[in-house]
Amino acid sequence: MAGPGRGTGSGDATYRALVRPLLIPSWLVIGILMVLPVALMAVYSFLTKEFRGGVIWDFTLAAYDQFFLDRGLFGDEPPRIEWTYITIFWRSIWQAVLATLLCLLIGFPTAWFIATRPARTRGIWLFLVTIPYWVNLLIRTVSLRFLLRDQGPMNEALMSLGLISSPISIINTNLAVQIGLFYSYLPFMVLPIYAAVERYNFALSEAAADLYASRWATLREIVLPVVKPGIIAGCILVFIPSLGAFLAPDLLGGAKTFMIGSLIDEQFRGSQGNWPFGAAVAMILMTLVLIVLLVYARAQGRAPR
Amino acid sequence: MRKLLLTWVFLASPAFAEGQLKVYHWFEYIPDDLVQKFEAETGIKVTIDTYDSNEAMLAALKAGKLGQYDVAVPADFMVGIMAAEGMLDSFTPEEMPNLGNIEPQWLDVPFDPGRKHSIPYQWGSTSFSVNRDVYQGDISSLATIFDPPPELSGKINVLDSQNELLILGSLYLGIPQCTQDREALKALNDMLLAAKPHWASFGSDIAKDVLVSGDAAAGMIYNGFSAKARAEGANVEYVYPKEGHVVWMDNVVLLKDAPNRENALKFMNFLLEPENAAAVTNYAAYTSGVIGVDPFLDEAIKTSPENNPPEGITPGVFAQACDEETQRLYDAIWTNLKK
Repeated sequence: MAGPGRGTGSGDATYRALVRPLLIPSWLVIGILMVLPVALMAVYSFLTKEFRGGVIWDFTLAAYDQFFLDRGLFGDEPPRIEWTYITIFWRSIWQAVLATLLCLLIGFPTAWFIATRPARTRGIWLFLVTIPYWVNLLIRTVSLRFLLRDQGPMNEALMSLGLISSPISIINTNLAVQIGLFYSYLPFMVLPIYAAVERYNFALSEAAADLYASRWATLREIVLPVVKPGIIAGCILVFIPSLGAFLAPDLLGGAKTFMIGSLIDEQFRGSQGNWPFGAAVAMILMTLVLIVLLVYARAQGRAPR
Repeated sequence: MRKLLLTWVFLASPAFAEGQLKVYHWFEYIPDDLVQKFEAETGIKVTIDTYDSNEAMLAALKAGKLGQYDVAVPADFMVGIMAAEGMLDSFTPEEMPNLGNIEPQWLDVPFDPGRKHSIPYQWGSTSFSVNRDVYQGDISSLATIFDPPPELSGKINVLDSQNELLILGSLYLGIPQCTQDREALKALNDMLLAAKPHWASFGSDIAKDVLVSGDAAAGMIYNGFSAKARAEGANVEYVYPKEGHVVWMDNVVLLKDAPNRENALKFMNFLLEPENAAAVTNYAAYTSGVIGVDPFLDEAIKTSPENNPPEGITPGVFAQACDEETQRLYDAIWTNLKK
């Protein structure tokens, strides 16, 4: 964002007079859509749970205690480290990492392919990538369920071709969840990488080749540093929603184990009705996400300009 | 989708003078024709939002939706909870002319003595069904889902509902509901953890579809939902297990601060007409608690094995609402099961 013309006194004054009112909408958006909800969540995570949903305005650390300390089924054993929720977090993080890697593996070549097409056809390719996103995520996930099921079209096609003799069981497995996450978030990987690759000056590759760089060296030394911001942005855009996803785990994975998303959902919609705990889990998740973003910011800061 | 369609119908129709009705209802539980019939008779436009568990409904109302809906359809124990939380409005017998249509056994119920807040919607049971093409053996026990034969292992869907799953588990082990007995709860916890590897999925709204599609060969399910699965072509048999099953009654309740109280009463009274109660039964395949529905019932529903348990079965039990301290233990078992 380039500032308006500096150096002329009048321009400076106009700038200062205008900047505050012009910033009001941004402040409203940040205040109402971000600061307020997060503050509300932070406060709720320290309140006392009311039976069957709701809160009592007594401040307590009970929600965080429940997350980190295990006092046994009956709550009277000496506290140990509670692994239940850490396990759930670990499973969700691992799943998000896998989904991100899978998206990167497929997304990078896809973005590269699109960016290297003639300018007039690139729009069509991008359009094709975004078409599925005109349909609601829920409907796309349910449709995947139909495709993947044992008696679904995928298995029937493979069997009628004689490639397999009995259906491949994919539905209700982690593989199905991976496929769901990958399918849901692939464009979030393709688009930022495409934007980065499109700006890449291909004369640099030719120059590298002229200087006897191997293809691998060109990719590693020239291309990757230039498109790195796009890759990092894509990874973040895939990783963060995958971390909190619960449609894919519920509909494709069979809802057998809690993910972070479904654990939080259960606290508000399920029979547990433990709002402070739900808020605390959300706060802990947000802290993790912030750490990821900080790492990104540092990586960006070090990136050559 | 249904909500969308309804909204579309309203947008396309001329404005009604008689106002609106906001219904908070279970998924797939009221036929569209019946809603349209009510609209045509009264000129009231009906909007329906849906939920998939009693708890989700309670949570949404507590989180600020109370005052936005006129009626909801909680199960028996949930009527008691909502009444205790002060979330229900009451009506007088004069305001509900069709109150006399309620079957005597459902008139003075423990969860709403004298029927001051609620009217019967449908009642039924929860246990499980088995696809008889896949497994022909003995299915008379709850062991079929908690300790299944090899043919069914890995092909079972269970309801994603703490309440019903833990009650059926307790029945299987012969443990009373809402117990604080340590040995009993530990046994329940261990039994469920051992059963889980045999299950393919947890899901309530998918319970019928997975049986029809063949994703599951057996599943915990409501009797009417199982009847619908059978009607849709799955060779499933609904079981009244020897250890017992869960009985429930869903009730239409008048919510506190209902924005259209008069219309809500009209709707509830409308649902107590035998012909209309029968229309719900013909659609949902449960049993209404209304007198005189027989002439309006489809033959298949009237004689369905799901609605007509054989003589001598173990009677069902209603769900109990546990107190806070006890409920915490059941919550812990549920979290253990899904961690």
